[in-house]
Amino acid sequence: MSEVTIQVRTAPRDRRFPTTNQTKHCWARYLEFHACSKVKGDDDPECEKFKRWYLSLCPEEWVENWDTLKEEGRFPGPE
Amino acid sequence: MNNILNFYPAVITTDVAENWQIGFQDPATPIMEGIINLHYDLMFFICVISVFVSWMLGRTLWHFEQNQNKIPSSLTHGTLIEMIWTVTPAFILLIIAVPSFSLLYAMDEIISPAITIKTLGHQWYWSYEYSDYLNEDDDSINYDSYMIPEEDLEIGQFRLLEVDNRMVIPINTHIRVIVTAADVLHSWAVPSFRSKCDAIPGRLNQTSLFIKREGVYYGQCSEICGINHGFMPIVVEATSLPNYVSWISNKLNE
Repeated sequence: MSEVTIQVRTAPRDRRFPTTNQTKHCWARYLEFHACSKVKGDDDPECEKFKRWYLSLCPEEWVENWDTLKEEGRFPGPE
Repeated sequence: MNNILNFYPAVITTDVAENWQIGFQDPATPIMEGIINLHYDLMFFICVISVFVSWMLGRTLWHFEQNQNKIPSSLTHGTLIEMIWTVTPAFILLIIAVPSFSLLYAMDEIISPAITIKTLGHQWYWSYEYSDYLNEDDDSINYDSYMIPEEDLEIGQFRLLEVDNRMVIPINTHIRVIVTAADVLHSWAVPSFRSKCDAIPGRLNQTSLFIKREGVYYGQCSEICGINHGFMPIVVEATSLPNYVSWISNKLNE
């Protein structure tokens, strides 16, 4: 068992999503990560940031579902 | 001396609903303090208006009843009095609107948060996800929070309010709570925080928390969600930031 360093940080406030409803905030961060990783690769620190943010915002069940849809080529968003 | 002390409960808590309670629970967030203050400010106006109206009504009934006034008044309108009883209430409403609106907008304000916690309503339990932190296997923290049934309660625990796994949050930190549901509508509510956020399947609702003191806070599901709606309470444990961080790292290592 190793020590994990905890950084207290999360997805920042986004001016595009100022309302109580944050559904599209999660969705946008998920799409941004995939758009970014397509260009720069999964491990690029810029893209990792988006991944951290969408993980913070989206329920795990949603992310798993979208990942499955992506694998199966049935993802409803931009590929 | 020992006997006298035994009269007092081991834990004195005011962050939980009491029998026959008619007042507020103690506030733990600046917003709840604001709501309680606004409530008392409005109560002042309500008392003044109720006394004035009752007095006018009583006086009218007393002095102008049939036997004392054989001939009814023929007065049907008067511009001055009508102006007064229109402008005065409007003015009072305007005075009340100022603190009310400033509180309303303060409640909606999302200050850049340091922590995001997702809370998911299920039939019939809450589950919490702390996904800001990942361990080496890329796993985050998530767990379910079930009510403790009556037969398993220990002395001092609250019936229908205690849960097996509490939500843990730090004090003096801006927290974003994302509320959603996995099956039907629920509502995540903690009175001491003034939090009441609908949990809607397919939608993420955001509410913010800033807890001012350590403590254990109790709430209940506030949207009728099925047969066990009354048996999915919420317990929040607010602790200091260092304690929270060590709790997170213990959880990640589990």
